[in-house]
Amino acid sequence: MNSKALTKVDLIFESIDAREVLTTAFSMPNEKIIDQVLESGLRGRGGAGFPTGMKWKFTAAEKDPEKYIVCNADEGEPGTFKDREILDRVVYKVYGGMAIAGKAIGAKKGFIYLRGEYRFLLPQLYLELHKFHKMIAEIGYDFNIEYRMGSGAYICGEESALFESIEGFRGEPRNKPPYPTTSGLFCKPTSINNVETLVTAMMIIAKGPQEYVKLGTKDSRGSKVFSVSGDTPVPGIYELELGMTVQQFVDEFGDGDTKAVQVGGASGFCVPRKKFEETIIGFEGVPTGGSMKLFNSSRSMYNVLHNYLDFFAEESCGQCTPCRVGCQQLLKGVEKVKKGEAKSTYLNELVKLADTMKVASKCGLGQSVGNAFKSIVENFREEIIY
Amino acid sequence: MVTLKINDQEVKVAKGTTVLDAAKKLGIVIPTLCNHPDLCVAGNCRVCVVEQTGARTLVAACAMPVAEGMDIHTNTLKVRNARKHIVELLLSEHRADCTKCYKNQKCELQTLANEYSFGEHIFLDLVEDHDYLIDRSSPAFIKDDSKCIRCQRCVRTCAQLQHVSAIAVANKGSRMKISSFHDRPMSHVVCTNCGQCVNRCPTGALTEKTYIDHVWDAIYDPDMHVVVQTAPAVRVALGEDLGYDPGERVTGKMVTALRQLGFDSVLDTDFTADLTIIEEGTELLTRLKKVLVENDHSMALPMFTSCSPGWIKFIEHKYPHMLANLSTCKSPQQMFGALAKTFYAQKRNLDPAKVVSVSIMPCTAKKYEADRPEMRSSGYKDIDYVLTTRELAVMIKQAGIDFRTIEPSHYDSIMGVSTGAGVIFGATGGVMEAALRTAYEIVTGKPVPFKNLNIMPVRGMEGVKEATIKIEGTTEEWRFLEGAELKVAIAHGLVNANKIAKAVSTGKASYHFIEIMACPGGCLGGGGQPIPTNAAVRQKRMEAIYAEDMHMDIRKSHENPEIKAIYEEFLEKPNGHKSHELLHTHYIERESY
Repeated sequence: MNSKALTKVDLIFESIDAREVLTTAFSMPNEKIIDQVLESGLRGRGGAGFPTGMKWKFTAAEKDPEKYIVCNADEGEPGTFKDREILDRVVYKVYGGMAIAGKAIGAKKGFIYLRGEYRFLLPQLYLELHKFHKMIAEIGYDFNIEYRMGSGAYICGEESALFESIEGFRGEPRNKPPYPTTSGLFCKPTSINNVETLVTAMMIIAKGPQEYVKLGTKDSRGSKVFSVSGDTPVPGIYELELGMTVQQFVDEFGDGDTKAVQVGGASGFCVPRKKFEETIIGFEGVPTGGSMKLFNSSRSMYNVLHNYLDFFAEESCGQCTPCRVGCQQLLKGVEKVKKGEAKSTYLNELVKLADTMKVASKCGLGQSVGNAFKSIVENFREEIIY
Repeated sequence: MVTLKINDQEVKVAKGTTVLDAAKKLGIVIPTLCNHPDLCVAGNCRVCVVEQTGARTLVAACAMPVAEGMDIHTNTLKVRNARKHIVELLLSEHRADCTKCYKNQKCELQTLANEYSFGEHIFLDLVEDHDYLIDRSSPAFIKDDSKCIRCQRCVRTCAQLQHVSAIAVANKGSRMKISSFHDRPMSHVVCTNCGQCVNRCPTGALTEKTYIDHVWDAIYDPDMHVVVQTAPAVRVALGEDLGYDPGERVTGKMVTALRQLGFDSVLDTDFTADLTIIEEGTELLTRLKKVLVENDHSMALPMFTSCSPGWIKFIEHKYPHMLANLSTCKSPQQMFGALAKTFYAQKRNLDPAKVVSVSIMPCTAKKYEADRPEMRSSGYKDIDYVLTTRELAVMIKQAGIDFRTIEPSHYDSIMGVSTGAGVIFGATGGVMEAALRTAYEIVTGKPVPFKNLNIMPVRGMEGVKEATIKIEGTTEEWRFLEGAELKVAIAHGLVNANKIAKAVSTGKASYHFIEIMACPGGCLGGGGQPIPTNAAVRQKRMEAIYAEDMHMDIRKSHENPEIKAIYEEFLEKPNGHKSHELLHTHYIERESY
């Protein structure tokens, strides 16, 4: 196991000269931008971890003259609040990352889909956007960004539901293929990237991929912003190098009594104490969009699970059967088991159902409900039953 | 072409084909629920999931396009387990009171349940967790959300085929449901009652409001004289619900069956279809004369047909400023109803209060139309009960009639004689063709200049059709039309109707006469027709309708002897005083939500 020591990094929030970076980027051939991002090994910071360079490469390869770059700022994963901080502190780097991505893929237009609850940030964001547009014009480059607001649905963070929402329809995931790189926003080739991904991409262009690959591990390059919450004396936003174990993380952020860490929010995995040592936080272990929730021994894991299932039963868009009905069945099922109205072995049926949801749901929401469910039920079965 | 393997069999299909269709080509059946050939792909029920080698998850066969070298397996353990779970999940949120359900044995979920779910149900019942209300507000259909499996076929039908969107998806997660604007009752929204959603609902969530028992009661009431009329499109579709392939013409057998059911008189809506041609044709010519010659713009052109009650409600909601463009003629059903309790009752020496008028329609909107307060010009409710083609099939089964072996017979008179022009009312373009056959002859004294009277340009399944008929050799009275080009258009399916209505509304179209039918294919594709109805089935029914026309002795409405007689004996003249009283109506401006 190749874990790295827990190291705090300051890349995302570091001040840079955006004008200089963008001027350099705009003078680079598109392929070179994409190559640098590919070389950096950057993977999407929203949670799914798709290689960013590949996404850009696919979109760039499309012939359509009209393309879009979309910034996914619908940060809705329970326990994640890092994008809010990034937008609040360094939104100019988000804009910059979008412009660089736009250049690389051939998009002149960008949209930022902002979580509805972050509306209060808008005046500040618009002020910065005005400055950005002015700067872009001064550099002599043509690129324009618009905001679109979410309205509180978790599913609208799913990329194709997000497109539907921007287009004015009900936020429901689309069938894939076609993927967004071929047919995304307004059915045009689209690269959709998380807030942090875009900032990181800009930093890779600013510092060069060679600098970036020095951070992290083979599967999880670079650093990542974590939203630390739960039973911790020091909740907050931390940028850390990837590759640490959960144990190292808990040593830094725990309260001395941590019994489990939920990595990656409601759609992520629950790591119990006995697996802290062996689990790496990253794509080789437990991937995360940033949410790190610590639970100490005063917490009932039944309540934790119930809370997540309640969330999913409400936030499923309701379109596909496995997710809509599956979430309700998991929720009602654990309630019945807890109350003794269903046999404890019924949990086994529910685990099988979670497996079906994982392979048969239409989108990532339904497919990931089983992560939290299974990892909590398998590791804390007695807390669910008794 | 793309080559792929399904269950280890190689198949070559065109690019863009779905895995589902490729499998069909190999004779491999993959179950579906949300899929319907008339509608765009949804991929939301997930019943059709199959295994693709190398894919992280299962894939929905209905939504997955084929790719070169793809390796698909439709029957692995993983697929079966998932499919069983999905069927069980659907059952857990579905009120499965099958023996009480109108769709019992005609329910697609039930069919799947028979294959995948027997013995103990795995999952907990979720139906009781919801407060389901059954919406019976429409006279045409019932919406029971407790039977709904959220496949959204109805939503897609209402939006894509009909451009109405009276129903849409509301809420999310466990509270997600198919709902109307602000949850208003279906009788108080833009719903046109066309029943296309009813025809496509896989379960009992949307069903026609049935009046079978009311009709039985009337039949068994010795004091009542029960007359029944049958719409043109019923005779080419009824067979489908009674064991025949689509496209079988069962007119004579249907008449016999209706007589055996106990109706006192079996009559034909085609008769009033012919009457509609005379009334509507005269109205069109009058409008043309007023507008074109006398420059009197109190009458509006173009004139829209008014036979389709779904279309009427659509225009009342969406284009109320164009109501003057609608022909004032009642639909053939309602003309029949008004005459049944006046002319017919007088001729047969019956007390109109003791006449029960029943119609068999391919349509659910006809149920609504019969309930409109305007439709009481006989002094009674002109049409008492409307049954769909499907309901008639049920009655025939209930009565134990062996439809295959009964002998065909003829309609009764009076109001039972009809022409080929009347029967083609059942297909899109049919009203136009029938009207042209008559109007052209009135104006020129000669038959329409088309071989065998078949006006091919107005036929077929294209959504919007246009034609121009040059009028030449006019008689003295119609000299003002000499050399004129009559521009006509035809649309079927409200999405196409909307295109034409919009073009007319914005002044981008210069037609004189427009035929509109609310349902795809016209009445033969009506919401009350046998299930399934799809493009292939509609094509068969259409061919049957035109075959029926070719086999009629008389093929022009104005040559129908009973039509001539009714004007001589009762109505006096087309668009005359009595016609206006009984055969014409007015329309109502409605809200647009």
